[in-house]
Amino acid sequence: MGKTLAEKILTAKSKTDAKAGDIVIANVDLTFAQDTTGPLTVRQFKESGFRKIAEPQNVVIFLDHAAPSPARQLSNDHILLRRFAKETGCYIYEVGDGVCHQLIAERFAKPGDIIVGADSHTVTAGALGAFATGMGSSDVAVALALGKTWFRVPETFFINLKGMFPKGVYAKDLILYLIGQMGADGATYKALEFGGEALSHIAMSQRLTIANMAVEAGAKVGLFPGDGVTQGFLTAQGRSDSYRSLYPDADAHYERVISLNIAELEPMVSFPHTVDNVFPVSKAEGIKIQQVFIGTCTNGRLEDLAIAASILQGKRRFPDTRLLVAPASRQVLTQAIDNGYIRAMVEAGAIILPPGCAACLGLHQGVLGDGEVCLSTANRNFKGRMGNPEAMIYLASPATAAASAIRGEIADPREIM
Amino acid sequence: MPDITLKGKAIKLGDNISTDLITPGRFAHLRSNLLELAKHVLEDADPTFVSRVEAGDFLVAGKNFGLGSSREHAPVVIKMVGISAILAKSAARIFFRNAINQGMPVLLCDTDKISDGDKLEINLTDGIVTNLTSGAKLSFGKMPPLMSAILEEGGLIPYIQKHKDFVVESQIPSPSGKNVIARSECNEAISSPLKGED
Repeated sequence: MGKTLAEKILTAKSKTDAKAGDIVIANVDLTFAQDTTGPLTVRQFKESGFRKIAEPQNVVIFLDHAAPSPARQLSNDHILLRRFAKETGCYIYEVGDGVCHQLIAERFAKPGDIIVGADSHTVTAGALGAFATGMGSSDVAVALALGKTWFRVPETFFINLKGMFPKGVYAKDLILYLIGQMGADGATYKALEFGGEALSHIAMSQRLTIANMAVEAGAKVGLFPGDGVTQGFLTAQGRSDSYRSLYPDADAHYERVISLNIAELEPMVSFPHTVDNVFPVSKAEGIKIQQVFIGTCTNGRLEDLAIAASILQGKRRFPDTRLLVAPASRQVLTQAIDNGYIRAMVEAGAIILPPGCAACLGLHQGVLGDGEVCLSTANRNFKGRMGNPEAMIYLASPATAAASAIRGEIADPREIM
Repeated sequence: MPDITLKGKAIKLGDNISTDLITPGRFAHLRSNLLELAKHVLEDADPTFVSRVEAGDFLVAGKNFGLGSSREHAPVVIKMVGISAILAKSAARIFFRNAINQGMPVLLCDTDKISDGDKLEINLTDGIVTNLTSGAKLSFGKMPPLMSAILEEGGLIPYIQKHKDFVVESQIPSPSGKNVIARSECNEAISSPLKGED
């Protein structure tokens, strides 16, 4: 029987005939941690008696979650991580360089890789055909030391996409819709594999948004094939050598096939306090918002800022609604400056935050007040996520976010575009 | 696994308890100070949790326990306050693996049959939860042998300190007296369907 993308990658990296349900030991191509999970990883690494990283050239530390640090304890965590990077010879990306998942997409991930990171949104790199999954600090500490880890080979749900996005509808709407249909635990332990005739029209920036949120349905990975879109992206990043074509076998076994006509989608909004609480934007229209946050590993890419800037160009944010924008990386920020997006957004009343996780996880740069409502382009709206359990978070696309910033209430972007 | 029986009271929570509820991001500055972080465990889900929990208690939840972030601090602080096992209808993948890596059993069973404050007895060897308050018996699914072995060693770090590597194949003597490599039976999914029964 043929193999799914997950089975193909795990077969190659474990040197066994990996089939869904098997337990395999596989070599890891990239291991990483960030500044809120890294300190525990480092302590566990040392506690285990390990001194050396197996392959320091394949290990990266990212300082992105507290960037720049808002508290002395987090500053001290940064010192610990910088010291660890010096001692072991691994890479480190500094405060202001960007969100780990965006930097991995720009600089590291390639089709067929195995990537493990101490961050649940490690799945983002599945957009490039990498078997990329989040793990805790213990697993990552051991992967650092051994250069390998264990996996249960997941069963796969195949998401068969057809059609083209209608005006005002984007990858974020697609993945929110899917999560709403499947439920926040609908794909627990499974691989999501995206395919179908629509794929050639779905750009890498959109694939990254979709793969990023696979974990919000419980999935272990969200995989795209290595195809022409992947090749185009890698070439544009100066990494054409990293490309290889990677497709599932035609006779692969899928536990479930879900078909979706993108042309029938509309802008979607996830309501508090779970990501799967998803409705069409019409149900959310008119909900007053005090803050809009555009950015994160989900929607902080150049294409996202381009959409937001095009809607905000020549307009002003609603006076009672703050507008925060965090480019996902330094590269995104410089290109957004060159393209005039930053100017358009600043003139519309936006606050530009440094490349990094910014307001997403509630430790700085846009913590919500009691009873406040935020419309965010991030991936999570759990109670307390943005630093206050008394606040409400809605999730939507950058287009919906920008349109809503102008109105001061959740708005359908199709009415403003 | 040796015959291990745990006894304690149930502290019941609902569905979809995220890692943001267990260890909120606003306390990220306490992640290198676990004693302080533990004082806030689950406070946004149940403000009485920390004051009610006693050593040996069980955290009993609904579906999809531990969804969200990969922060291993979540099971670490749950363990630090004295919880000896987590029972849930289902658990999110990363949390499940993190908890086992911390030596914390996560037992998937029909937790509708457990109420807050019930006294439970759990036999980890037989896979049976006895609700001493109601008399109900629940069974929970087995983990892959590698995960059982990690749990048995008290977590991944002690496991690796002992074995120096992952061991997924077991040396068993063949009838000829020579050692052969036998593949462990790993087909039982950790997501095995609920097997609750009275």
